[in-house]
Amino acid sequence: MRFRCSGIDATTRAARALADAIGPEGLVLGLVGPLGAGKTAFVKGLAAGLGVDPASVSSPTFVIANEYAGAGRKLAHVDLYRLETRDELDDVGFVDMLEPGAVVAVEWADRLPDALPADRLTLRIERAKDDPDSRSFTASATRRGSLAVLEAWVKTLHEIEIQTEMD
Amino acid sequence: MDDPRFHYVLGIESSCDEMAAAVIRDGREIVASVVHSQVEVHRPYGGVVPELASRDHVRAVARVSEQALADSGLEASQLDGIAVTAGPGLVGSLLVGLSFGKAVAFQLGIPVVGVHHLVGHLMSAELSRPDLAPPYVGLVVSGGHTALYRIGRDGSTDVLGETRDDAVGEAFDKVAVLLGLGFPGGPAVSRAAESGDATAVDFPRPMLKRPGLDFSYSGLKTAVAIEVERRGGLAALSGSQVADVAASFEAAATDVLVLRARKALRQEKLAAVAVVGGVAANRRLREEMARVGQRDGFEVVFPPLDLCTDNAAMIAAAGARLLERGQRDGLDLNAFSRAPISSVASGAG
Repeated sequence: MRFRCSGIDATTRAARALADAIGPEGLVLGLVGPLGAGKTAFVKGLAAGLGVDPASVSSPTFVIANEYAGAGRKLAHVDLYRLETRDELDDVGFVDMLEPGAVVAVEWADRLPDALPADRLTLRIERAKDDPDSRSFTASATRRGSLAVLEAWVKTLHEIEIQTEMD
Repeated sequence: MDDPRFHYVLGIESSCDEMAAAVIRDGREIVASVVHSQVEVHRPYGGVVPELASRDHVRAVARVSEQALADSGLEASQLDGIAVTAGPGLVGSLLVGLSFGKAVAFQLGIPVVGVHHLVGHLMSAELSRPDLAPPYVGLVVSGGHTALYRIGRDGSTDVLGETRDDAVGEAFDKVAVLLGLGFPGGPAVSRAAESGDATAVDFPRPMLKRPGLDFSYSGLKTAVAIEVERRGGLAALSGSQVADVAASFEAAATDVLVLRARKALRQEKLAAVAVVGGVAANRRLREEMARVGQRDGFEVVFPPLDLCTDNAAMIAAAGARLLERGQRDGLDLNAFSRAPISSVASGAG
């Protein structure tokens, strides 16, 4: 599934729409994209949708993982930018973050794909070549749980008039 | 210090990639300070690798502490207290210093106190300038933090503003990667910037038009990425183009710090700002802050370079102050990766 957002406000709305699409099982979200693509910005929008003050969400690059208490569920914000091995992820208590119902957003997910649960939504964010403010988003899901979230997200995106394309 | 019980405090700091130990006399005088840096260990990775950091720390902690004690000419039995960084930072790294500190305190039968890393950094200003007395504005700029504080007369630390996304030092590290420069990013970008034209690219000065005192460095990082792309990608950039982009980025990144600090001083009606943390070593920041301070009539305090970067003298000094105020931690003292300064600030926590 692909869509495009022009400007940070549209990105925030798309991220909030994802928060609305997540069921009681929670979600593992892998974020992929170059430096400055807007991975942290997307997580801020997701946080807002989960009832976490987006201003409190900052880059987790330095501390690897931050956890926030949302309305009724936890948000874990993890950054693999500086990690080399799966053991390091264990060191920050990653397994404990994967509790049922939690939303776990993992930046630079492509650095340690094997360390993440198989059932996850992967979101690739890229800057549009023709417009520095626009971002293209490509989402893919692997198993039943994340596929259900992806389907629900398409609906919530359409409700806020963000058009999506299917692969 | 009114209370004579804490003549000698051993400080231990291991929040990130440095393992450091220091001995402080009477809360203010540095008797010994040893820093074991891991920059060489991490250079191939372009950033601190946490697992490498904690593994190296385990090897270094006893050695560095023994060295500090030897340099001080003291026996361990002469120590009156132990101060150790409890956070924020990499938990794996913090735990090494913390466990060692607690063990030594237990063995010697002396109190141990956990210190907030940023309170330590703020203390480094007073350590280097004994005549600097609160209230003043503290600006903490490092790889993990970018924040303005009001340091109150009673030693309290209130947040005035902080980064909403990336820390300024993180922006330097990531821009260094975007420009194909080395690690650590701060010195690498500054070195490249020396021969560049700071007016070559008009990068945004994020947040300056917004009310409040918060910072944002994510957009500036993105602007650099877009500029590199616009010029045909990193491979297409000449050395002088890299220098121009580096200089323009450095100017934008440091201008924001200077103007935000000035705004904080006006808002708080204070006349002195202490700039601490690793990025306080940045030459352009030091020059520009001093220039604007002279022009607009506020005092600028930068600790010497060896107190800007992570060190244990600042932790020992901050810990000595806490111990003097009667604060103690038990052997259940734990590390934390992030916490507002107010929850563990001097004397309050």
